[in-house]
Amino acid sequence: MATKTTVPAVEGLFTVVDGHAHLIGGKIPGRESYFFPKHLAGADPAVGPTELEEVRLSRRGTIWSFSNSEYPPPPPFVPRTDPYEPITIAAVELATEKMVILGQVADGWTVHDLEVGMEVELIVDTLYEDDEHVYTVWKWRPTGDAPSEEN
Amino acid sequence: MEDIAILGVGMHPWGKWGRNFVEYGTKAATDALADAEVDWRDVGFVSGALTVRCGYPGYVAGSTFANALGFTGAQVASSYAACASGATALNVARGQILSGACDVALVVGADTTPKGFLAPNEGKRPDDTDWLRFHLVGATNPVYFALAAQRRMALYGATQEDFAAVKVKNSRHGVHNANARYTKEYDLDDIANSPTVSHPLRLLEICATSDGGAALVVSSMEFARAHGVSDPVRVKGISLVTPSYPDTMLDLPYLATDSAAAVPPAELTFKESIGARVYAEAGMGPDDVDVAEVYDLSSALELDWYEQLGFCPKGDAEKLLRDGVTAIGGRLPVNPSGGLGAFGEAVPAQAIAQVCELTWQLRGQAGARQVDGARVGVTANQGLFGHGSSVLVAR
Repeated sequence: MATKTTVPAVEGLFTVVDGHAHLIGGKIPGRESYFFPKHLAGADPAVGPTELEEVRLSRRGTIWSFSNSEYPPPPPFVPRTDPYEPITIAAVELATEKMVILGQVADGWTVHDLEVGMEVELIVDTLYEDDEHVYTVWKWRPTGDAPSEEN
Repeated sequence: MEDIAILGVGMHPWGKWGRNFVEYGTKAATDALADAEVDWRDVGFVSGALTVRCGYPGYVAGSTFANALGFTGAQVASSYAACASGATALNVARGQILSGACDVALVVGADTTPKGFLAPNEGKRPDDTDWLRFHLVGATNPVYFALAAQRRMALYGATQEDFAAVKVKNSRHGVHNANARYTKEYDLDDIANSPTVSHPLRLLEICATSDGGAALVVSSMEFARAHGVSDPVRVKGISLVTPSYPDTMLDLPYLATDSAAAVPPAELTFKESIGARVYAEAGMGPDDVDVAEVYDLSSALELDWYEQLGFCPKGDAEKLLRDGVTAIGGRLPVNPSGGLGAFGEAVPAQAIAQVCELTWQLRGQAGARQVDGARVGVTANQGLFGHGSSVLVAR
């Protein structure tokens, strides 16, 4: 069986450098105003539309809020498993950028394992697969001990 | 801003009828015209709130409804602002009336909705955050509602039972509304036994998508007087503000908030600014309000609105609810219609339906769900991509 090629589900939103995952954001040159995704997150009206620097956003933050989807979301979401297993989702606050960014939570973590204020870090993991490709996305993973199986 | 008069209101009952949206809008418009005792041929302007789910006739809803009523040469416009579309259509009509372009206008919105989650348009569109949030995160609308609910629990100690109590209250109101889709009275056990959709919210606490239609006949105050209506319900304020940068509350359909690293957040959050604007335009404040219709896309979001509209300080909404203040019979009933919990959402009709309910309340025509002595009412709603609205009406 041929090896599947791993590709980002959408290009240009995240990167892995030296084994560390980062979201790719935009930043106004000379100003601490950050945007994610770089080209789809509006503008600072004091500056207006402008060419943004591409920056790697902080790879650690704290959970601002969290939830899950007990039912499979509709397309364009592609369930990774059949039958569908509920996905956990967190909105994470980055201290330096002073912004909140949404993402799925790493496998094995449910809403019962999470708390507002918990520290998480960014990873890149499988979103879904087809016959030729593994499609990847960013996810948030708590930095503390993995949840026990009884959960 | 000068007032305009609400001469007539009409609705097609909410449900999952599966028929052409034009039928619902035409029925609502016909009822509103009859309620106003205005001949359709005297309407100078038709302001449609459009639907993106019913093909081209939906995109040009103003014209579609005008055609269904019989073309008369009236001027026409169709507006889209997600859930705020109905308030936008009312605002366009107000502009036409106050500029003198017409004396009387018809505002109408209706929708036929698919079952289940609202989803983005088809096709691969990675330049659309509405597409990205579904594809990359699986963040449905209820996920965003749940994030806000969980945040309330963490910040203010709200409980799932508090959220359920909102649904129980609104179901008690909706029982008395013939236009509502769900007229069953629920108790806390019913909510606790309904399946979780997005933790901590349960199925019965998340608004469904519905078919329905609503319409208003509005006019200049001068036309109303000449028409023999000396004390109409008046539109005192309409707010359709955009957020102010940096908006630091995560809201659908975005993947991230703005960054507050260079510029501190504005004094008011986006939803607080929606209410602030409508009060400023009306020359009134939260203390003047007797009754409110707010967007309970989830039970928990209704609690947020109590604070965002200034009915209580942040963190006190649960107390307002528990004390019965926001139930019919309380000091400031919220969602006497039953709210979205009893209606489900028919997007372009919903903001208009809120104004219909307040008009019935201010006229004393709300029957078993009447708020005694209501003179001032306010609506609030929210939609995707920086849309939200509030309308303040008074007698």
